[in-house]
Amino acid sequence: MAFSAFATGTAQEQAPRRKSKIALLLLLPGILYLMLFFLVPLVSLVITSFQAPVPYGDIGEFQTAFKWQNYVDVVNTYGEHILRSFGYAILATIFALLFSYPLAYFIGVKARRWPLLQNLMLVLVIAPFFISFLLRTLAWKSILSDESFVISGLKALSLMAPDAHFTGTAAAVVFGLTYNFIPFMTLPLYSNLQQLDTRLLEAGSDLYSTPSKTFFKVTVPLSMTGIVSGVLLTFIPAAGDYINASRDFLGGTGTAMIGNVIESNFLVTLNYPVAAALSIILMAVILVMVTVYVKRSGTEDLL
Amino acid sequence: MTLQEGRVVSRAVTRPAPPSRRGARLGVGKWVLPIYAAIAFVFLLIPIAYTFVFSFNDSVKSNIVWRGFTFDKWLNVCDQIDVCVAFGNSLIIGITATIAATILGTMIAIALVRYRFRFRSAISLLLFLPMATPEVVLGAGLAAEFLGAGVQKGLGTIIIAHTMFCVSFVVVTVKARVSTLDPALEEAGRDLYGSPNQVFWRVTFPLLLPGIIAAALLSFALSFDDFIITNFNAGTTSTFPKYIYISAARGIPAEANVIASAVFFLAIILVLAAQISSAVKRKRLAKVG
Repeated sequence: MAFSAFATGTAQEQAPRRKSKIALLLLLPGILYLMLFFLVPLVSLVITSFQAPVPYGDIGEFQTAFKWQNYVDVVNTYGEHILRSFGYAILATIFALLFSYPLAYFIGVKARRWPLLQNLMLVLVIAPFFISFLLRTLAWKSILSDESFVISGLKALSLMAPDAHFTGTAAAVVFGLTYNFIPFMTLPLYSNLQQLDTRLLEAGSDLYSTPSKTFFKVTVPLSMTGIVSGVLLTFIPAAGDYINASRDFLGGTGTAMIGNVIESNFLVTLNYPVAAALSIILMAVILVMVTVYVKRSGTEDLL
Repeated sequence: MTLQEGRVVSRAVTRPAPPSRRGARLGVGKWVLPIYAAIAFVFLLIPIAYTFVFSFNDSVKSNIVWRGFTFDKWLNVCDQIDVCVAFGNSLIIGITATIAATILGTMIAIALVRYRFRFRSAISLLLFLPMATPEVVLGAGLAAEFLGAGVQKGLGTIIIAHTMFCVSFVVVTVKARVSTLDPALEEAGRDLYGSPNQVFWRVTFPLLLPGIIAAALLSFALSFDDFIITNFNAGTTSTFPKYIYISAARGIPAEANVIASAVFFLAIILVLAAQISSAVKRKRLAKVG
């Protein structure tokens, strides 16, 4: 993951021992800034998640307390949303992996002889990043609306029931998540596959392995670090996303994810402790899943 | 570009140069992969093309049904004054947050590579965590802090939030550049009786500049397209993504498509220019070597 950019790197080992006063001067403003606006917020989120309403107070008035009950209530009320978020995120991650692997393989391995073409294709992969996230999701909403030629075409071919919808369904949300996070999967896979030593594949076929056997016994294991980074980079933001599942975008009445619930509790109903508890749960579940996943895929040195 | 998108881009930017090996010659249907890739690219570009095409739609209020071609929306973007105000706010926020984050992040990056100090791993963790935290959590946390401190949300709180999440990206991007810098160049500057100040501004800074510019562009792109964190900390202030979110229910005016398309083409031109200039540089280096 991106952490390796900080943790490894040999330059630190050789970093000269120079006046640490200058180092302090260089570090202090930025580190203080991050403490004040990243760490303190996380702490205040934890504090908020235990708050209790002020007795006889207005909506949105809470006081410091130690109300564990908030977490129990949140799981009881929003357990379904929490499960749904992770379900959607897992599906989107799988689809993005299936979509991206052949693409990344083509760019990273097959197109190696043409570096310019390779770079051009990478630009195409990240091109969606440069158009507003919200507008590209809304574009899909229009393209796949009931009146659109795609959906009416599918209906004319009897591939879809005449009264069925696509937008507003769980399928649409998973589709949107998949589309929006495909580059997150393709880029790390590409970075990894580009380093793949193709002589190993030739060795496989020299040893009378079928192409598919070579793929699953050589290529996939070798690209495991790329797969793990891609899965994490797709899964984490997908689980916390609330644009795709929003009713004005690709979602419907029964598709709200944990992000939607956090947003509505925080900004609409001013139920801050619930929103804070949900955020803490989201972060905790992600941390646990990521740790287990990284351990099981045998790439502990990734983090 | 949203915050998460920056993560993958900065990773791709900072990855080490690939080894050059000869291409694979596998017999798996020679045309299957190229055709698949072509279809995949078309799929990825569909919403972009849609957004661009509908910026020419002669729409009245909502921009869903095609009503005829016009250049009108491109020529009179600010007829929809709300879009322009939101766009202006996004520019102000993006520029301010970019400048602040670039300064803070560049200082940290130089310190990380050049100096030894205690708590290095704790500082690395503090820099990494904002990039691994879901945006909802970052947004809600900051909003909870502002709420507790009684800070009125507005342009200022958005700038604070954007600066926060941009710093880590600046550090990663500039750090990659600092670690490739040859310390001998600075030594030469000192040997020639340059004061530490002169050496920094005449030698170090110009050498770091490409990395700093890349970091600033990335920060701006992140800030400009951020919606989730902004939504929690904006109060009633509008930004371009927030405007789109709010008007999604009643229909987006074609002017929003105009702005998004213009930003898209500007970004693509910048990226392609960077690609071409680095390709030219590589060729020149290859010739010298």
